[in-house]
Amino acid sequence: MTFNSMNIEEFHDVWVFAEQRGGELMPAVFELISEGRRLADEMGCRLCAVLPGADVRHLAEKLGGYGADRVLVYEHELLKDYRTETYTEIIAQAVEAFKPEILLFGATNIGRDLAPRCAARLHTGLCADCTHLDVDTEGYKAFLRRESSMDVDNTNFDSPLFDAHRNLKMTRPAFGGHLMATIVCPRFRPAMATVRPGVMKLGTYSEEKAKSVEVLAPDFRLAECDVQTDVLETVKSALKQVDLIGADAIVAVGQGIAKDVEKGLALAQDLADELGGVLGATRAVVDNGWLSADHQVGQTGKTVRPKLYIALGISGAIQYKSGMQDSEYIIAVNRSDMAPIFEIADIGIVGDLFDVVPKLIEEIRKEK
Amino acid sequence: MKIFVTVKQVPDTTGKVSVKADGTLDRASMETVTNPDDLNAVEAALQLKEQTGARVITVTMGPMQAESMLRELYAMGVDEAVLVSGREFGGSDTYATSQIIAAAIDTLGLEEGDIILSGRQAIDGDTAQVGPQIAEKLHLPQVSYAAEITMKDNRLTVKRMLEDGYMMVQVKTPCLITCVKELNEPRYMSVQGIEDCFDKEIRILAYDDLKDHPLIDKTTIGLAGSPTNIYKSFTPPQRSAGRMLSGSTADMAAETARILAEKHLI
Repeated sequence: MTFNSMNIEEFHDVWVFAEQRGGELMPAVFELISEGRRLADEMGCRLCAVLPGADVRHLAEKLGGYGADRVLVYEHELLKDYRTETYTEIIAQAVEAFKPEILLFGATNIGRDLAPRCAARLHTGLCADCTHLDVDTEGYKAFLRRESSMDVDNTNFDSPLFDAHRNLKMTRPAFGGHLMATIVCPRFRPAMATVRPGVMKLGTYSEEKAKSVEVLAPDFRLAECDVQTDVLETVKSALKQVDLIGADAIVAVGQGIAKDVEKGLALAQDLADELGGVLGATRAVVDNGWLSADHQVGQTGKTVRPKLYIALGISGAIQYKSGMQDSEYIIAVNRSDMAPIFEIADIGIVGDLFDVVPKLIEEIRKEK
Repeated sequence: MKIFVTVKQVPDTTGKVSVKADGTLDRASMETVTNPDDLNAVEAALQLKEQTGARVITVTMGPMQAESMLRELYAMGVDEAVLVSGREFGGSDTYATSQIIAAAIDTLGLEEGDIILSGRQAIDGDTAQVGPQIAEKLHLPQVSYAAEITMKDNRLTVKRMLEDGYMMVQVKTPCLITCVKELNEPRYMSVQGIEDCFDKEIRILAYDDLKDHPLIDKTTIGLAGSPTNIYKSFTPPQRSAGRMLSGSTADMAAETARILAEKHLI
């Protein structure tokens, strides 16, 4: 059967691109599988993972454990390293053969390289960096009641142009987080989205599901002539990456440390150590080279939701707040009582972090 | 050899942003700037020009006001500026936008040895999709997230940034590269450049200039041709402020520690 992305009734199932690097699945994949499971259950369809790579079949079980019903394995020596052109070829062939209704990618550097290319080839729509997904309209309304200022009961959710209750509703921040937009792709399939790592909740792992996952190795075509780039080397950062997303406590620093960067960082690190947490940073701190990019929180950094978030010397631009305002408990320390960060903090302390932090560490030790 | 640089004039989302009562952005109240990552792409193009003598052509799509941005790019040293503008192009999503810009670049004449440079993403949408989609439409290899670009003969060696390190990737021209801020420090406009930029020609490509290109079809451009549509837009929830502590620094620190203990956060 020929492929036409407009024949939307031919498309079924929810798919997740299972991104692996060097034979290890990216953490975002499991979040996507968990979210994909929820969507597949809402739609009453299967959840499949697409797994390209070299010698990766053994990863299928883990994908099953988080909820995949089926894993499509595409193994080839030319798929060992990520290359835009070979991976696009595989995803396009898989989609043309099996016709999924929804296709999700992690919004990693690789997902955001691959997904737009695939969408352009398949002639379908793609929504970038989503933070919330719904098919079920009642679920979408509940989300809006919780997380928007919209008057949900007096809003029309039907559309004269498409079935709003069957289409994937993809919500994402726009204009640096000042607005949220919900995007639909009503006329083409698959509906594609990249999903921001760290925002979807990880489901529980089931040994039983892991054992019963169906593994398929479909036919595909791939040849040397499909390769247009040479990967000379892949270098993993020697510095251990900070695990902002997995941390229970984050102590973040902003421009407030400027007057003595070294001391400011040392104080923040001491406080983080006291709390068993890690260091976060604003974009300005990373742009100044005071901390590496893996520490960055916010629209262009990571989205985090730790149990405890302490913001030191951070004014709180909206791009920054959008990356941390879902933290369970927020403490802000800033010299200016006008700093916008105080608008979202549970506790606000007006003061110089260089005075406050040593005292705070002292008091925390007393309380322990 | 030509280097095309795709650029976009965007509302400055890092400055004052106001949202209208209906939940849409009040663009009239906002400053516009050249998208920051695009300036890194322009700088990379100018450096490659210094090395190879290539001609640097910036291409943007937008309303006629984008002319002011293009004049600034002339003042930085680009050789030609092209504005793709037309009512028919309005409302395009990333898919439709990439079709139009790909058609424009093809119309301007993409040849063996040419390079297209784009910024990684624009600060108004943060999608990072248009660069890769232009590459797909023009059947070019792409390397995104470039933090270093070196050129030897017709090969580019690119440091592609990953979250946990980087890849060194070699690619032959013609190709498309998307640039991140670590790539370089964009230069300022030169005094002479500012003086001269008002006399430079801005080439306009309108719908009529592109309508015969195979990529341009009323069903694949503009609002009607965009695969994605906005279903709803709304303002994000405002977390409400808690309480401001008062007293001496020692008092506030003690109170904070007490609350943390009470909430079992320490």
